[in-house]
Amino acid sequence: VTPDPGAAPQPAATPPGPGGAPAATAARTAAVADLPPVAENLFAWQDGTPRLIGSACRACGTLAFPQQHSCPRCCGEDVSAVLLPAEGTLWSWTVQRFPPKSPPYAGGETPFRPFAVGYVALDGGIAVQGRLTGPAAPDGYRIGMPMRLVIEPFLRHDGTTVAAYAFEPGPAAGGSPAAAPGTGSTAS
Amino acid sequence: MSRASLAIAGIGIHPFGRNEGRSGLQMAVTAARAALDDAGISWPDIQFAVGGSDSAGRPDTMVSRLGLTGLPFTNVLNGCATGGAALLTARSAIASGDSEIGLVVGFDKHPRGAFDPRPEDWGLGAWYGDLGMMLTTQYFGIKIQRYMHEHGITAASLARVAVKALRNGERNPAAWRRKPLSEDDILGSPLVADPLTQYMFCSPSAGAVALVVCHPALAPRFPAPPVHIRAVTMRSRRYGSFEVFSPSIPAGRGPSPSWEAAQAAYAEAGIGPGEFDVVQVQDTESGAELMHLAECGLCEHGAQEELMRTGATAIGGPMPVNTDGGCIASGEPIGASGLRQVYETVLQLRGQARGRQVEGARTGFTHVYGAPGISACAVLSRD
Repeated sequence: VTPDPGAAPQPAATPPGPGGAPAATAARTAAVADLPPVAENLFAWQDGTPRLIGSACRACGTLAFPQQHSCPRCCGEDVSAVLLPAEGTLWSWTVQRFPPKSPPYAGGETPFRPFAVGYVALDGGIAVQGRLTGPAAPDGYRIGMPMRLVIEPFLRHDGTTVAAYAFEPGPAAGGSPAAAPGTGSTAS
Repeated sequence: MSRASLAIAGIGIHPFGRNEGRSGLQMAVTAARAALDDAGISWPDIQFAVGGSDSAGRPDTMVSRLGLTGLPFTNVLNGCATGGAALLTARSAIASGDSEIGLVVGFDKHPRGAFDPRPEDWGLGAWYGDLGMMLTTQYFGIKIQRYMHEHGITAASLARVAVKALRNGERNPAAWRRKPLSEDDILGSPLVADPLTQYMFCSPSAGAVALVVCHPALAPRFPAPPVHIRAVTMRSRRYGSFEVFSPSIPAGRGPSPSWEAAQAAYAEAGIGPGEFDVVQVQDTESGAELMHLAECGLCEHGAQEELMRTGATAIGGPMPVNTDGGCIASGEPIGASGLRQVYETVLQLRGQARGRQVEGARTGFTHVYGAPGISACAVLSRD
């Protein structure tokens, strides 16, 4: 279930879509485009909009993130990679108030600043966990608020910077509409 | 009530706390000897043993200190539900007819601060830990935040859980945190994972518990009043439950492993909610106690606000919960925590819980919950 790179184009080759992302968002997209991702196969770009890569069960439609090789609901093994919707609503959240132990935490920001973590319920019946960012940070979030996926630079304690996904308040950043429930765009 | 499948003939504990200068294995041996003494027997009388420890060494190495009798000694490990897994294993050994008397032991010793599990040990990519999401504290904050939103639970109720825990802990010589705090103290302590504050959380600690278990027919031979295990169950998560260390969850909610393990225990025991004199549920933090009461079917969702306002879960109330102070007062040595609940329930059902006795207690329920979404429950009774 590795997505076809051709179907998940890199941002350099795909400027923000015709819907017209704000200039600031486009600049931010360009800034993270060249960074290595925190992990392979977590997210991709479509028409300049970041999308998480999940998997969908061909038998029952159940979505999972990150992509996995079998269905957690029906136990079937016929699953395919999909791009998940880029927006949703905040299901719940908290604030990481103390510096997590390292390892496993790899953040290199000094001094440590508390950050929010939450689950965003995406269209299609899945809620994804991620760090929360944007102007509400670290504790101005509320359950039910609209959230969108963003890719941000993440400074590691070894001094390198990688691209990581997060969610921030607001409608989707890019021009492409979110996929219909349960039918996320097939990426493989 | 169904026939008991297992009886408890002896109990022993090593007090919980930091226990500097003492290894987990040393504490386990202390608890084991105390349980043997309580049962009036010695180590060579034990036909099998089951032990659990997350980070303090292999339980079966206890034989080098207790005596090399050649007995089968099974190690079990299921996170915070390790005690339940040990009890379940012992029940199987006795129900199979292979053995009649055994020792169940749990112990642990953890470093200061939050647990720091490796994502790779939990089937997750390193990125999950890299980004700072491999923390149980976050899960508890996120879960109770949603629960408060859905069921109208307030921060005052969260504080009252911790106040009660420390008040009970004050009366328990084996507890770690024995200094009472006020609601304002609890609410005013630093936030750890919003809306949960420092004093609402338990801390990883050290301690050990051991139980001598036997076939119910043998129970009258032992000196202490027999306590019977009417049910012991364990469940892992199903699709739809919201569990710790989950990068994604379904939008719709399904039954939790706590619900499923509790319902199975009630069915097996033939007794259920409303019939327990004393209840122990996993209280990793204040919110967990409140949510687990409802997940175990012991109250309606949302009813916890009233229960806490009226003191219903205090000793002397209609449903005393975590009478020894729970994890909040005892800390959590993972391998020992579940058996601590059983130890406390046995004390209560024997009438030996000095200073915190629930008068006339005859029936008890225990519940543990742990990563990655498992729960174990037990029903105990005097008769």
